[in-house]
Amino acid sequence: MHIVIIGNGVTGITAARFLRKGSSHKITVVSSESEHFFSRTALMYIYMGHMKFEHTKPYEDFFWEKNKIDLVFDHADRIDSDSKSVHLRSGKVLNWDKLIIVTGSKPNKFGWPGQDLDGVQGLYSKQDLELMEQNTAGIKKGVIVGGGLIGIEVAEMLHSRGIEVTMLVRESGYWNIVLPEEESALINAEIRDHHIDLRLDTELKEIRSGNDGRASAVVTSTGDVIDCQFVALTAGVSPNCDLAKASGLETGRGIQVNRYFETGTPDVYAAGDCAEFTEVPEGQMPVEQLWYTGRMQGEALARILLGDRKKYDRGIWYNSAKFFNVEYQTYGQVPPVLPEGYGSFVWQHPQKRVLFRVVYRTGDKGVTGFNVLGMRLRQAVCEKWIRDNESVTSALEHLGEAVFDPELFSMHENAIIAAWNEANTGNPVKLKKKRGLYGVFQFLNMQKA
Amino acid sequence: MNKVSILKTIRFAGILFFMVSVFIFIFVVSYSQFNITEEVIREAVTEDHHLEAILPLTGDITGQTYESRRTLIADLTRIFEKADEGLSNNEKMWSYTQGVYRMNIMKKSVTGFLPGNELLFLYQTIIAGCIAALMFILPGYWLRRPGIDNDGVYHRSVSNRGWIGITLGLMLVAFYVFIYWYPEYIVNWIILVDPLSRALSGNPASQWFLYGVLYTLAILVMGVRMFIRYRHSNYHLVRTGSVMFFQLGFAFLLPEILVALNQPYYDFKDLWPLNYDFFYGWQIDQFLQSGSLGMFMLISGIGLSLVGVPVLTYFYGKRWYCSWVCGCGGLAETLGDPFRHLSDKTLKAWKAERWIVHGVLVLVVVMTAATLVNYFSNYQLLGGLTQQLQQWYGFFIGAAFAGVIGVGFYPWMGSRVWCRFGCPLAAYIGLVQRFKSRFRITTNGGQCISCGNCSTYCEMGIDVRWYAQRGQNIIRSSCVGCGICASVCPRGVLRLENGPEEGRFNEPAAFDLSEDKVKVNF
Ligand SMILES: Cc1cc2nc3c(=O)[nH]c(=O)nc-3n(C[C@H](O)[C@H](O)[C@H](O)COP(=O)(O)OP(=O)(O)OC[C@H]3O[C@@H](n4cnc5c(N)ncnc54)[C@H](O)[C@@H]3O)c2cc1C
Ligand code: SF4
Ligand code: SF4
Repeated sequence: MHIVIIGNGVTGITAARFLRKGSSHKITVVSSESEHFFSRTALMYIYMGHMKFEHTKPYEDFFWEKNKIDLVFDHADRIDSDSKSVHLRSGKVLNWDKLIIVTGSKPNKFGWPGQDLDGVQGLYSKQDLELMEQNTAGIKKGVIVGGGLIGIEVAEMLHSRGIEVTMLVRESGYWNIVLPEEESALINAEIRDHHIDLRLDTELKEIRSGNDGRASAVVTSTGDVIDCQFVALTAGVSPNCDLAKASGLETGRGIQVNRYFETGTPDVYAAGDCAEFTEVPEGQMPVEQLWYTGRMQGEALARILLGDRKKYDRGIWYNSAKFFNVEYQTYGQVPPVLPEGYGSFVWQHPQKRVLFRVVYRTGDKGVTGFNVLGMRLRQAVCEKWIRDNESVTSALEHLGEAVFDPELFSMHENAIIAAWNEANTGNPVKLKKKRGLYGVFQFLNMQKA
Repeated sequence: MNKVSILKTIRFAGILFFMVSVFIFIFVVSYSQFNITEEVIREAVTEDHHLEAILPLTGDITGQTYESRRTLIADLTRIFEKADEGLSNNEKMWSYTQGVYRMNIMKKSVTGFLPGNELLFLYQTIIAGCIAALMFILPGYWLRRPGIDNDGVYHRSVSNRGWIGITLGLMLVAFYVFIYWYPEYIVNWIILVDPLSRALSGNPASQWFLYGVLYTLAILVMGVRMFIRYRHSNYHLVRTGSVMFFQLGFAFLLPEILVALNQPYYDFKDLWPLNYDFFYGWQIDQFLQSGSLGMFMLISGIGLSLVGVPVLTYFYGKRWYCSWVCGCGGLAETLGDPFRHLSDKTLKAWKAERWIVHGVLVLVVVMTAATLVNYFSNYQLLGGLTQQLQQWYGFFIGAAFAGVIGVGFYPWMGSRVWCRFGCPLAAYIGLVQRFKSRFRITTNGGQCISCGNCSTYCEMGIDVRWYAQRGQNIIRSSCVGCGICASVCPRGVLRLENGPEEGRFNEPAAFDLSEDKVKVNF
């Protein structure tokens, strides 16, 4: 059997690896962005000089041949599902028995006047990065439109080169469609500490061009005109459906699939950033645009193709990011605004940018999620607590088991628990002696048995 | 002027001053004129029977003024060889003592601006260099915020194998070549540190003392850089403080003090087999002749190597030695830090590493065994072999590998070339760490985004990401536990920890944890 995968991002490559592990099918991966799989999440570090492109490749170049995964560095123009073939830009035609479309995303553009001027761009691909390198060479000032995860990365990138940055954010706080108020406020402060001109409640109205046809200023919804030589559009990404549309597949926001990644066309599958689930279990999203979900989906899809036909279930939510120097981790459900029936306890370090939040059901006190900033938690422990509906007081008592901060770092558990006891009446919570690793491994083993 | 531009000006001035002091340093060593007199020779040659043999041969050199070090060295060598011919095997100087005398004569016969101005030039070169370096380093406290900052590492010539890096490497290599093989050519530098040596141990300085001074200063000054750079991390603050303490106290001061007290020169933490001459005949004799302190040195050395190493490594991993105590590690973690990312991460390099480093371990064990057989048979057995092995090992491993390549290649191959490919002690500790230890780097579930920061900044060239992205703990014999991978990780994925052996080697995880675990084996 020949399985052709269009797209060598994390979703496609994870699928290819698991397929190779579990079968001897012929596997071909077609992609037009880069010859070899690289880590999109690391693009910013190349610009900032932390790494070179070669360091972002998770596997050495020999890996693919050794594992008999054929790579084709080419662009897929059209799929013909009747003849089960795909037409490549070079004129080559590949025949497949199963086809996996994992074409990722494209940066959003909302029809702003001037959005196609030189010096205006999004950041998604390797080519975007190369363009940004050219666009920002020797400039003094850049404007970033959009306050999401990529926006703040671009801010950090420009900042690392000493370029002045203004950030336009539609919301009243950084990323507060996802982050609760305290978290968002803490990040606002971190951004401003880096001398980024963060403008909240502000949208882009138009981008003006100079005499040379390049972007020279932006006009904001508040009427301000900001001179600049570079504009980054980072207001989210949308599924890349170009190939699917050109080939007549069903698309909505993304390429539509069921929970088995099956498109309406037999033997054609889609997954990762480009896929949109038509059936969405409660609390989950139709389009998942993360590295982690791409990896999980790629793995789940491979297993389905290997005969283990189970519905995709991403499990307990987790995510992480780094906002300048502040690390962020989240586990389970931590909504920005609490729905009825949920309680939340948040602690912040009096001086440092450290924050801990736990969300729980007010009824049975079972924990539903954690947010941490400037602090690290063990995923396995948090997931277990959430899955087992551990009570918030018990979780706090055993907080030591969850903390993943480096050795010799100052411990915040006592302060967190003192704050909880102050805020809550009833039996005071007492920190159980840090059981450390041993406890962790013990209950993980129990769970396996 | 605002604060930032003042600080930047200070930094810039620091670079300028540093270059000026390097320039003066090189100028000092290149100037030379030597006035040989009988008095000089009498002072320099300390053994009477050697003096008796030498003096009659020095007629044509006394009274001469040498402009060229080469001619002087050649003349002296010729005279010493001739003198040795007339001496019995027991009395001969052999090349070692010849070297000492040659150095002494040159030090005492130097003329020109240096004699009498040693302190002035010490200030102008080494001390001014340190101050200049600190002028560059200290403003970082205000200029960079606490947290990881690798901005521009791959844009700067010095840290990206550019011409500045390569020049620096060549200078380091040249320095090592002089120290090991041509010390007479840098006699002026040794004179600079003479006052310091006399103050500490009462003895004149040798090239090794000069080396020790520069080495220790490098660790201290660059240690300050580490303090500023990683001030958000107690782990790095403590381990950097630790290597600074061990270098200054144990490697530099204590041995000099021991010598001042007429005890053997000994660095208590320099363990066999890194300290490969620990079991050499002369060394053992020296221990045995130095009373209870000598005995203590002998026993503590053997005890630490054979018992201390495995026990401590079992509890804490290799790091207790390699990134907390060791001098080579100390230099790598301070002076070498700006170059740590230049290590080779390929599978090929890993394969080569395992062959080479374990090969050196085998070699040192064979050599030491031969040495001991030779010693306990009263130099009857394996004499020739032992001598050959010791010579070759000293030349190729002790000097060329550990020094020239180990440090000289920092700007080309990263800071741990020696530790990774050459150090037999690292190989030995590594075997313990790999097979019987509580240490591991734990991977935090599925949080890895495969960005590659950890692998890039691993000075041992470990492809940390390979394990992290599979949710697997990192257990590698070469890991020195520097903790940098865990610090540079933008997602908080890695944690160095000591824990129970059970569960240490975990299976690669499947990431959607709600399903059964799947094995991925490549
Ligand atoms: C700057 C940046 C930072 C990010 N940081 C994070 C993060 O920290 N954490 C996180 O969870 N997620 C992050 N993400 C999101 C994450 O990278 C994506 O969700 C993930 O890469 C999606 O993987 P994918 O395999 O589905 O698609 P992609 O990685 O987009 O791969 C699709 C590939 O297919 C190629 N392709 C498309 N069409 C064709 C065609 N017709 N022919 C041939 N090839 C084609 C594309 O060029 C591309 O190479 C980040 C994204 C960006 C842009
Ligand atoms: S794996 Fe991490 S701790 Fe070990 S040597 Fe490499 S960077 Fe240091
Ligand atoms: S630095 Fe962290 S996120 Fe990046 S590859 Fe390493 S473990 Fe993964």
